[in-house]
Amino acid sequence: MSMRVVIIGASSAIAYETAKCFARDGADLFLVARSAEKLTTVADDLKVRGAKRVKTYLLDLCDLDRHQEMFEQAIASLGELDMLLIAHGTLGDQGKSEQSVAETMQELQTNCLSIISLLTISANYFEQQRHGCIAVVSSVAGDRGRKSNYVYGTAKAAVSVFLQGLRNRLSSAGVSVVTIKPGYVATPMTAHMKKGLLTASPQLVGRGIYQAMKKGKGVVYLPWFWRPIMFVIKSIPEGVFKRLSL
Amino acid sequence: MFSANKMPGSWGRYPQIAPNRVLPIFWRDELPNLAELELSILPHGYGRSYGDSCLNEDGILLDMSHLTRFLSFDVEKGLLRCEAGVSLADILELIVPHGWFLSVMPGTKFVSIGGAIANDVHGKNHHRAGTFGCHITCFELLRSDGRRLLCSPEENTDLFQATIGGLGLTGVILWAEIHLRPIRSPLIDMERIRFASLREFIDIAAASEQDFEYTVAWVDCLASGKQLGRGFFTRGNHAEREAPNTIKKKRSRTIPVDFPSWILNTQTIRAFNTAYFHAQREKSVRKTGPYDPFFYPLDAIHQWNRMYGKRGFFQYQCIVPYNDGYEVMKELLERVSRSGQGSFLSVLKTFGDVSSPGMLSFPRPGLELALDFANQGKKTLELLEDLDRVVCQSSGVVYPAKDARMSSESFEVYFPHWREFAQYIDPKFSSSFWRRVTTTVGEAKQVPVKDCKKEQ
Repeated sequence: MSMRVVIIGASSAIAYETAKCFARDGADLFLVARSAEKLTTVADDLKVRGAKRVKTYLLDLCDLDRHQEMFEQAIASLGELDMLLIAHGTLGDQGKSEQSVAETMQELQTNCLSIISLLTISANYFEQQRHGCIAVVSSVAGDRGRKSNYVYGTAKAAVSVFLQGLRNRLSSAGVSVVTIKPGYVATPMTAHMKKGLLTASPQLVGRGIYQAMKKGKGVVYLPWFWRPIMFVIKSIPEGVFKRLSL
Repeated sequence: MFSANKMPGSWGRYPQIAPNRVLPIFWRDELPNLAELELSILPHGYGRSYGDSCLNEDGILLDMSHLTRFLSFDVEKGLLRCEAGVSLADILELIVPHGWFLSVMPGTKFVSIGGAIANDVHGKNHHRAGTFGCHITCFELLRSDGRRLLCSPEENTDLFQATIGGLGLTGVILWAEIHLRPIRSPLIDMERIRFASLREFIDIAAASEQDFEYTVAWVDCLASGKQLGRGFFTRGNHAEREAPNTIKKKRSRTIPVDFPSWILNTQTIRAFNTAYFHAQREKSVRKTGPYDPFFYPLDAIHQWNRMYGKRGFFQYQCIVPYNDGYEVMKELLERVSRSGQGSFLSVLKTFGDVSSPGMLSFPRPGLELALDFANQGKKTLELLEDLDRVVCQSSGVVYPAKDARMSSESFEVYFPHWREFAQYIDPKFSSSFWRRVTTTVGEAKQVPVKDCKKEQ
């Protein structure tokens, strides 16, 4: 029996790299994204790479009212779900958010509320099914608020805490909940930023997510060295931290 | 594993020139409006061209390395369609388990399919299969006026022929379809034969073409006198018996730093070449092994170009016609040997008469010689000029994909019909190579030789 995997935000570079790993295993895939062209491009590619069946669903994930319908469609298409990866997101402009409530709310809607909505719906399904894996791409940015991107960080922090609770709740049902915390990744989302030595390729991160999902890990930093880095960053006393330019 | 913000360069690391900026292309339907860009444009893949044909000083490079998706794979017919940035390594990983192989394999698999078309690359089976372009069934070309043209031998034929071997100047290849070759096993039956002279090489090559799909030879370019042109002839075929179509991956190594330039000098290379030549005692050795080391011995060492140090290196790759091929090749090898330059990586090969659709393609029937030279400034450039004189006189040709220094006069001799090709160049596209070889003496040369002068 091949693995049945739902991938939300399937045109994101990280999700696509993870999907490639599942495709190689001959998985059945249900892909969700908002651009029809990109969705088709990715679906065709994954079919060539070995995915047994690829179904697509066009959706702007900020449209929370349609999440239930989409999720039901996924179950109807694949029969049963083994894994869910939520990977959509935007890296908003921190400066703009500081000047605009609407902008800030939009950021939280995309990177936090839409994910919590999807998790609320899918958690009940997996809990009832009593097996499976839910993985979400959060970020190291959620580990500590920094002036350069705390709106994005807030959204990711909320997601990470939500997942923590969910993991606690679903562990007795045998469902694993994986929090993925990538550091800097060279993707279209970060194309405008300078890339340093710590920037990882989406291939590396995608493979890491695939492995973490197969193993049903808890919290995964990708690449691994972000765990000690964030440990240090989290342990800096607030009195010192507030004067740093991070 | 990690990608720092490096400026894209070329494999020979000479010349060291920078574009004005690099535009990454992530999706086929999200290219910038090319007509609105104020500078000249050139698509750039993995920078495996050796000289400046993949560079655009002060212009714009379109980084195609993110377009790595497959469009379709007909496993019955062996037709594969993929985006321009897909590497041959990615293609092999996909197709070999299905019993397919690339019809033409260049010396490295770390090139993009777009680059393989733009340089109309060739492989060890040129005498049988012709060039990479011979196996392209169609591709989509984006021109700066916004037109997306499907080019094939039947449709937009002129642009199809101009783009194959067209050095990326005719527009952006967005995706291409290639015809694959079936294999029964991923293994190669190979044989390595020692030869003592250039004459013997030519005899073995002639005797091998009938029965062997792949032929190539390593030559000791520093040997002189009676030993001139000695080396090893390698020939092979795909193994015929059925075997599992998967091969365990070997770990590759990386050269982490630039070698100091003194490591590779005439003495060390001469000693190495002599030791290498005598390492095989038998006249001929046969074995069967995986395809990777047979086709890409150098791919096992990532960034082997660092061996030549910071100043980079030149590759001189030429073909001379068969008629007086022996004399010309002997002359070339003598000059190289006398100069004491030259390196370990020297290749001899015979080319066949399968013609390519490409207008500006390099491959043609004749004897091919490829030599690496560490960049030692003026001394090296003068030797290469010297070799050019010999090749020009023999109506031979030098490979643009490997070139960083040929004069516009030599280019004119090698590619007399380049003006005919030039009418298909997209008006917004250019490259450092193209400006260099089409600027006649007297006009301001755009690619300075300053790096070398500094070092004198």
